[in-house]
Amino acid sequence: MFGFGLLKALWVTIKNFILPSRFNAYQYPDRKLDPVSLAQKEQKNFFLFILQSPIKVLKSLMGLISNKEYVPRNPRFRGQDFKWYIERCTGCASCAKYCPLGIIEIQTSSSHDRVTEGEKYNIDVFDIDIGRCMFCGLCVEACPYDALHMGSGFEEATYSRNNLIINVETLKSAPKKPSTWFRPQLEAQGYNPQKDKEVPWNEVGRHVTLNKTEQGNRWIRKS
Amino acid sequence: MPIKTEPTIINLGPQHPSTHGVFRLRVSFDGEKVINVEPVFGYLHRGTEKLAEERTFTQIVTLTDRLDYESSMTNNLAYVEAVELLANVSVPERAQYLRVLVSELQRIASHLIFTGFFLQELGVFGTLLMYCFRERENVLDLFEMLCGARITVSYMRPGGVTQDAPPEFWKNLDDLLNKLPQLLDDLENLITDNEIVLARTKNIGILSPQKAIDSSVTGPILRASGIEWDIRKANPYEAYDKMDFNIPTGSNGDCFDRYLVRIKEIRESINIIKQCIKSIPKKGPIKNSEVPFFLRPESGEVYSSIESPRGELGFYLVSDGGIAPYRCKIRSPSFINLTVLKPLLIGWKMSDLVVIFGSLAVNMGEVDR
Amino acid sequence: MTQDYIFGFNTLYNFFFEIITNTINSTIVSWILPNFSFNPGWIAYILSALTISFLIFNAALMGAAVYTWFERRIMAKFQGRYGPNRWGPFGLLQPIADGIKSITKEDIIPTGADRVVFTIAPIVMMIPGLLVFAFIPGHINSMLGKINVGIAFVFGVTGMNTIAVIMAGWASRNKYAMFGAMRSAAMLITYEVPMALAIAGVILLSGSMSFNGIIEAQKIPFIVTQPIAFLVYMICATAEMSRAPFDMIEAESELGGGYHTEYSGMKFAILQISEFMAPIVQSALCVVLFLGGFNGPDFIPGILWISLKIVLVLFILLWTRSTWPRLRVDQIMELAWKYLLPLALLNILLIATEMTIFDITQSTSLWIMGIINWATILFILAFLSLFKNFNKKTVQQKY
Ligand code: SF4
Ligand code: SF4
Repeated sequence: MFGFGLLKALWVTIKNFILPSRFNAYQYPDRKLDPVSLAQKEQKNFFLFILQSPIKVLKSLMGLISNKEYVPRNPRFRGQDFKWYIERCTGCASCAKYCPLGIIEIQTSSSHDRVTEGEKYNIDVFDIDIGRCMFCGLCVEACPYDALHMGSGFEEATYSRNNLIINVETLKSAPKKPSTWFRPQLEAQGYNPQKDKEVPWNEVGRHVTLNKTEQGNRWIRKS
Repeated sequence: MPIKTEPTIINLGPQHPSTHGVFRLRVSFDGEKVINVEPVFGYLHRGTEKLAEERTFTQIVTLTDRLDYESSMTNNLAYVEAVELLANVSVPERAQYLRVLVSELQRIASHLIFTGFFLQELGVFGTLLMYCFRERENVLDLFEMLCGARITVSYMRPGGVTQDAPPEFWKNLDDLLNKLPQLLDDLENLITDNEIVLARTKNIGILSPQKAIDSSVTGPILRASGIEWDIRKANPYEAYDKMDFNIPTGSNGDCFDRYLVRIKEIRESINIIKQCIKSIPKKGPIKNSEVPFFLRPESGEVYSSIESPRGELGFYLVSDGGIAPYRCKIRSPSFINLTVLKPLLIGWKMSDLVVIFGSLAVNMGEVDR
Repeated sequence: MTQDYIFGFNTLYNFFFEIITNTINSTIVSWILPNFSFNPGWIAYILSALTISFLIFNAALMGAAVYTWFERRIMAKFQGRYGPNRWGPFGLLQPIADGIKSITKEDIIPTGADRVVFTIAPIVMMIPGLLVFAFIPGHINSMLGKINVGIAFVFGVTGMNTIAVIMAGWASRNKYAMFGAMRSAAMLITYEVPMALAIAGVILLSGSMSFNGIIEAQKIPFIVTQPIAFLVYMICATAEMSRAPFDMIEAESELGGGYHTEYSGMKFAILQISEFMAPIVQSALCVVLFLGGFNGPDFIPGILWISLKIVLVLFILLWTRSTWPRLRVDQIMELAWKYLLPLALLNILLIATEMTIFDITQSTSLWIMGIINWATILFILAFLSLFKNFNKKTVQQKY
């Protein structure tokens, strides 16, 4: 009362004005660099950097130097650009069945010429219409062979809806950096799709990689 | 000779800064005073209940995310509870605690949005909204760590939750719990004693307890009217019977009480989360492994409800033994709470209209479904 | 003192006058009419006056443009954001980008709108704001229009604002705009009364109505000697420029913009510029009336002192704007008539009584006056406690 409430409110806002710890905004898609982070980026000692290139420091103080940076995401982030390993996919179409929207289209043809064990169907069509996808991740959850993974991108704007349908070619050529969502085996390795390298197909699965004899033994019934 | 006058009719919405989504209010004004209100809704109707009849029981979880998009976790929980009751599925204990934890986090996030918009409607353009969103962002970060999405979480499944929390989750949760009380103090300093806020909200839009019960209003609005009713206490689900917490109630039932109850609820939620962290089983399964994806419950019907941030959120499911429910009916708290809108608004001024409507905190995704 | 005059308008005027006279002499007189005796005095007089007005008006517009940047940056900082920081150093080119955007936008006039009034309204809104700049002194006697009733003139001119707002609201044929215009008619006129009364105290003490006289009378700034008048004036000034907590004319959350709901393109930009000029004008007046204008230690020239003080007042205005919610229509009226008006009258009474008792030429007696008046701030605290009575009378009416 007596107007103290108003003054208290003013105190709160000025606290937020002054204290840098209260400041919480992320610049996107590029970040204005302050001199300290500019020196860090150029990998120089800060004081040396000031002496060597004062013009750059001035410029960065005025907010003229920016650096392209992406928003940091957690390793489990469910994002666009599915990661799909053709080596692992059997064409079982579990993912298509589990999808609530029915936007995965799979067409397979039997590979009669390859009759050795462990061979599988040829996958002719594997289309995902990510224009309608809601990134619920049910398809990833469904895949029994860990062939399909979520990606972690989110900047896939295009000019046409048709470009949003990703097919076998794009899936094949996409960088293989799967999100760790519903993949405890990747999480156990401490994998982070934003920082780490691509994962080869024989390392993403939850199965152990078997050598030749072990693989042979797998099919022998031991009783 | 008296001059003939006519009331001014204004369409507030569907596009209006303070209708919280696409909602239309046809208001008749006499000068600045509201003399009649006619709510028009259905602009965000997506046919969730009908869509649910063509989805399997697990797939419907993704639909519930989109009901009340400010609190998807509790929507998930309400639906999953109903399915578990229908199919007689047990839930592992760790999953129960995780569910309580995330739904309390969601309650905090949802109430923070309310508080931010509350002052926005009173006329502070953005300041408090930004503070609240800044903290809500931390909660959403936790969700992203947990399930990979911030809003459309789809975290729960019949019989458990999708994934266990990673180790960083607990660390960040502790950070958040340490930081939140400070923010709440800031909020209270900004709002609770502020004379202008008091002048604008105290004794405005009073909802009497009798009226509240008659219109079956639930949630913070009911509690602000002084009635101690909370499904978490009245009919404990998950691990709530092991938690120790109070139900904050208001005395007046005005706009200010509706704000105060929510702020107090955030503090209670922090309390519950702390208890959760203390008593959660350190190891254990997080999902009942017997529940298949294509769940086929025996034919029958259930109604189960939980306390969502907005009130009693209930799901009524009928199964005919198939992989999809025969009928799914959603009792959404926002929709039922909207029924008191007309008697609350009539007689107040235009500025009060915005504040009263804001204090009801309806969410259009839930009203139109 | 000469260094101060570098910034003064008088020297500027002399400078232009000389240049123009010389040019006219060297062109017309010496080339075209060599055998014709001709005194270019009056042409040079008009031309140099026009040049200076052009310069000052453009400076005012520039000031408004920079103020938009300032406001957005400061408000953003209060809210924990960055504000415009993409265009140029510190984002300073943002106003230019905004200008280009508004020029290239389609200029929409709604069907059924009163086209003529709709078009004129932004201009009517703009002119008073610009005119005031002619009377803000940068230093002693350095102002564009030298009149000895400066305050009266400025208040007469800024009163035009109301008419412009009503014109805009009426002509756009939109109910939201009409609501905003009606509210403004009620509010702006109401707040002129306590504002004028608050200034009466200043006029009493300084014994002059020209800005020069008032500033020279402030050996001690009037904020020390008349805190009540300052408070009342500041509240009224925020109401006059319709900023929070009195921004119910625009009221984004209720009216979605108020009187300028229907405006777009360049007309909207003009409305915005004049709206952003209002805080500058009002805080300049506040500085002149209460904060000692260009007075200050001599190491900085007067025009810089006055600008610094204006920036300070603007900052405080932004601070309150980003903190306090908006009052309701009836509460705003109540505040003006029931609290501010008696306070302003009390202030006049106090000042008048004190002037008869003390010798106001002595600075010690001025200090004593100040102490007495600050003691009456206790009354103001009591007055603020009356805020809690606001809502007692608000009852839901039956329909
Ligand atoms: S993420 Fe969900 S919607 Fe998208 S393809 Fe997979 S199952 Fe379908
Ligand atoms: S991605 Fe997985 S679920 Fe889909 S067809 Fe291939 S193996 Fe089956």
